[in-house]
Amino acid sequence: MKLRSAALAAAMALVGATAQADVKVGMITTLSGGGAGLGIDVRDGFMLAVQQAGRDDLEVVIEDDQRKPDIAVQLADKMIQSEKVDVLTGIIWSNLAMAVVPAATAQGKFYLSPNAGPSPLAGKGCHPNYFNVAWQNDNLHEAAGAYANDTGLKNSFILAPNYPAGKDALTGYKRFFEGALSGELYTKLGQTDYAAEIAQIRASGADSVYFFLPGGMGISFLKQYAASGVDLPLVGPAFSFDQGILQAVGDAAMGVKNTSQWNKDIDNATNAAFVDSFQAEYGRLPSLYASQGFDTANLLISAMGKADIADADAFRAALKAADFDSVRGEFAFGDNHHPVQDIYVREVIKEGDVYTNKIIATGLSNHSDAYAGDCKM
Amino acid sequence: MTRETWINVAALAVLLGVPLWALMADEPFIITLATRAAIFALAGVGLNLALGTGGLVSLGHAAFFGIGGYAMGILASHAQAYTPIMEVPFLIEGTKSMPVIWLVAMVTSALAALAIGALSLRTSGVYFIMITLAFGQMIYYFAISWPAYGGEDGLSIYVRNEFPGLNTLVPMQFFGLCFAILCLALLLMNAIHKSAFGLALSAARQNETRVLSVGMKPYHLRLVAFVISGAVTGLAGALFADLNRFVSPTMLSWQMSGEIIIFIIIGGVGRLFGPVIGAIIFILLEHTLGGLSEFWHVYLGALLLGIVLFAKGGVIGALAGREKAHD
Amino acid sequence: MTTLLFIEQMLNGLQFGVMLFLMSAGLTLVFGVMGLINLAHGSLYMIGAFAAAAVAAATGSFVLALMASLAAAALAGALIELTIIRRLYDRDHLDQVLATFALILIFSEGTRWLFGSFPLFLDVPPLLAGPVTLPGGIEYPAYRLSIIVIGLLVAVGMFGLINRTRVGIRIRAGEADREMIAALGVDIAKLYTFVFALGAALAGFAGALVGAIQSVQVGMGEPVLILAFVVIVIGGIGSIKGAFVGALLVGFTDTMGRVLLPQVFGLFLEPSAAVSVGSALASMLIYILMAGVLVFRPRGLYGVA
Repeated sequence: MKLRSAALAAAMALVGATAQADVKVGMITTLSGGGAGLGIDVRDGFMLAVQQAGRDDLEVVIEDDQRKPDIAVQLADKMIQSEKVDVLTGIIWSNLAMAVVPAATAQGKFYLSPNAGPSPLAGKGCHPNYFNVAWQNDNLHEAAGAYANDTGLKNSFILAPNYPAGKDALTGYKRFFEGALSGELYTKLGQTDYAAEIAQIRASGADSVYFFLPGGMGISFLKQYAASGVDLPLVGPAFSFDQGILQAVGDAAMGVKNTSQWNKDIDNATNAAFVDSFQAEYGRLPSLYASQGFDTANLLISAMGKADIADADAFRAALKAADFDSVRGEFAFGDNHHPVQDIYVREVIKEGDVYTNKIIATGLSNHSDAYAGDCKM
Repeated sequence: MTRETWINVAALAVLLGVPLWALMADEPFIITLATRAAIFALAGVGLNLALGTGGLVSLGHAAFFGIGGYAMGILASHAQAYTPIMEVPFLIEGTKSMPVIWLVAMVTSALAALAIGALSLRTSGVYFIMITLAFGQMIYYFAISWPAYGGEDGLSIYVRNEFPGLNTLVPMQFFGLCFAILCLALLLMNAIHKSAFGLALSAARQNETRVLSVGMKPYHLRLVAFVISGAVTGLAGALFADLNRFVSPTMLSWQMSGEIIIFIIIGGVGRLFGPVIGAIIFILLEHTLGGLSEFWHVYLGALLLGIVLFAKGGVIGALAGREKAHD
Repeated sequence: MTTLLFIEQMLNGLQFGVMLFLMSAGLTLVFGVMGLINLAHGSLYMIGAFAAAAVAAATGSFVLALMASLAAAALAGALIELTIIRRLYDRDHLDQVLATFALILIFSEGTRWLFGSFPLFLDVPPLLAGPVTLPGGIEYPAYRLSIIVIGLLVAVGMFGLINRTRVGIRIRAGEADREMIAALGVDIAKLYTFVFALGAALAGFAGALVGAIQSVQVGMGEPVLILAFVVIVIGGIGSIKGAFVGALLVGFTDTMGRVLLPQVFGLFLEPSAAVSVGSALASMLIYILMAGVLVFRPRGLYGVA
C-alpha cells in the first residue's frame, strides 16, 4: 500500500509520540469466498486509517475467516494464544461474532465490532470490553419504520430471509412502524428467485414494501421487482444499496430509499478527506463497510493517544469517550457500548455512470437501541 | 510390521508429538490445531466405516457431525442458563458433564443414522450419494430456521464442558482427551474390521450376491455399519463443538460433508489410519496455504485434483503400495 | 387466494422448472452417457453468466452476451473434459465427486481473481423489460415469459437431437453399451467431448439467462447445482425426459410450497408462528419430495433399474 497522505500521517505520528506499550490488533474478516467484498472493504478502510496515523506502535495482523464460524474461532484462539493480540476486530457476520466475541472478551481482550451487532451482545450479553462501532443490527430497520411513518405510509408488505438477522430486521421495522402490515414473509436463506413473493406483493394491496435481503439475494429481488411492473415504493436497509453491489443492480435500484448511518455526502471535513483518500488509494468509491472500518481504526487510535493498553481500565475509558473525528460527524457510545447516532434515509441516484446514494432525510436522531436497558454493566 | 503399520505409527507419533513439542515451546495454538486435527480424524474414522469398508458414499455425514454438536450445544446452553430442557412428561435438565454429553450425542446421531440409513439404503450408487445429501440439506435448513437454539447465529457456550479429574480449559488436557478417544475409536474400528461382521460388510461391498447366497442380508449389514459410523461422527461433532465452544448450522452444511470425505481420500480410502493422516494434512494445508494468498482455495483445489488423479489410494496408498490395502 | 394469483404462481413454478431443466439436462446427459457425476456443473453455469455479463458490458448487446455464454461455457467444458474429466470416466463415483469438487474451488476462486469480489451487472434487454398483460388480465414479466418459451424450445430441441439425429443415436448407443459403439468405429473420445461441451453450453446458457434477473456473483452455481441434482435424481439419472418431469415437479413444489405452506399453517397457528413454521418447512420441501420419491422408486421416476 502506498502512502498518499504523508503530511497528515506525520502530523498524527507527532501527536501520539509518547512512550507506551505497543498495541497489537488481530483482524478476523472475510476475504475469500462469497461475502469477501464486505471484508475487503472493512480491511481497506481500517488500514487506510492506520496508514494515515503512521504510528509505529500499532501492529495489525489480518486473517481470513472464510465466513465459517469454526475458522473464526480458531483464528481468534490463534491470535490470542500465539500472536498475543490486545484487540480483536474485523468480523462481518453476526453468527461469526456470536462465536468469537463472548470468549474473546471473557479472556480480557478488547473487541471492536466494525459491522455485526447481534442483539444479545447489546443487551443481556453486553461486556465492558466489547465496543460496537457500526450499529446494533436492528438500527437501520428501525429507522426505516420511522421514515415510513414520516412519509405517511399506512400499509407495508415486509419480507426477510428466515434466519435470526432476518427476524430481527422485521422486528426492528415493526417496532417503529405504526401502520398496518398487509403481508409478512420469510424467504429461504440464499433464495435467488422471488417471483412467487412478488406476485403476493402485487396481490396484497400494500402501499409500500420493506425488504431486508443482504448480498446477492437483494440484487436478485430488486431486478425481478423492477421487471415485474409492481410500482409500490421500496424501502430497505443500506446493505442492499451499498457502493459495492449497487453497480450490479443498475437501473432497478434507481430512486429506492434506504437507511444508513453513513453516506459519502455527509458534510464534514473528516468524511470528505476519507472519501478522497480512499478513492486515491484504492481506485473505487468507499462503501458503508469501508467507512465503518475507517471509524473503527480511528477510535482505536484515539484511545491509544489517551491511555496505555496495559492499563485496561484506562484504555476502556478512552475507548468509551469515543474522542475521534468520525466520518459520520457526531458519534458517541451509549452505556452498552453501542453507538448513539443519527440514521439517515438515502436515495439511489446516478452520478455520471456510477450509481450511488444521496441523503434525503434523517430517519432517527441520536438513536440508541432497544436492548440497552437489558445491559447490566 | 508392514510398511503401512509403520506409517500408522508415525502418524500417531506426529499427532501426539507436535502438541507435546508445542507445550514445551509455549505455543498453545499449535495444540489447538492438533486437537482440531484429532477431532476431524475421528469424524473421518466414523465415516470411513461406511465409506471405506461398506462402500457407502455418504454425502450427508455432516448431519451426524452437526447433531452431535447440537447435542452438546443444547445440553450445555440449558445448563449454563439453569433452565430445564423439558418438564413434561418428566424433567430433563441440561448438563456440563462431557461423558453424559458424549453419550447423548452418540445416541441421538445413531438414531438419526438409523432413520436416514433405513430409507437411504434402499437406493445405491449415485442415488445413495444424493439421497444422503438431501437428508443433510433437510436438517441444515431446519437448523437455520429453528429459532429456539439460535438458528443461523448458532449457540455459544462460554466455558468448555467438564470432564472428571481434568481441567478441560487447558489446551493440552483437552487435546489428550480427544487423542485418547481417537485411539479408542481406531481400536474399535480395527476390531470391527477383523470381526465376522466387518468381513461380511467388506464382502457385501465387493460381491453382493455372494453375501446373499450365504444367507446374510447386505441391507442389515450396511445399516448397522451406517449407524455405528453416524454415532462415531456424532461424537466427533460434540468434541468439535466443545473445542470451539460454539455450534452452528455450518457444521451441518454439505461442504462439511465434503470435507470429511476429503480427509479420507487424502489419507486413503478404507485404510484404518487414512482419515488420521488426511486430517493432519488438511489442517496443515489450511494453516499454511491460508497465509500464502487470498486465493488459496485455488491451490487447495489443484492439490486435491492432483491427489485424485495421480495418487490413487491416497497418501498411504502412495507410500505403502496399493496391494497392502486391507479390505 | 384468487384464481388469477394462483395461475400467476403456477406460471412462476413453470418458469422455475424450465430454468432448472436447462441446468439439469447437461448434468443428466453427462451422467447417462459417461457415467460421470459432475459437481463442477454449477461452475459452468457461473462461467456462462460471467461471460455474458462481461460481453454485455463491452458491447451492450444481450444477444451477443447469450452467444458468449454458450461459447465460453462450451469452451471451458471441452477444455476440462480434454485435460481432466476424461481421466475420471473409469474411476468410481467417489473420485469423481472429489475431483469435480476440487474443480469448483479452482473455478470459483479463479473467477474471483479475474473479476473481483463484487457482483457483476447484467440486465434484461430493453425489449423484454417490464411486464406484459396476459389473457385474463395477469401481468407477467415479459422476460420470464421468454425464459419459459426458450426453455421449452431447448427441451424440444434436446428430444429431437437425442431421438432423431445421428449424434443422438450414438449418444443413446453410448448409454446402452460403451464397448459396442467403440467397436463399431465411433470415435468415442470425440463423442464424449461433444456431449460434455453440449451439457456445459446448456448450463452456461442457463446461467446467462438467469443472471439477467438474479445476481452474477462467485458461488452462484452451487445452490442451483444442488437443485439440479435433486431434479435428476427425482427424474432418474440419465433420462432427459426424467430431467424435464423432475424439473417441473421441483419448480412447482418449491414455488407452491413457499406460497401455500405459511397459509396452511395460518389456519391453526397464530400468524407469526405460522409464517415461521411454514417457511421452515417450505425450505425443506423439495428434499422431502426427493427422499419420498427415492423411497418408493429407488432409481427415480424414469431411471433404468
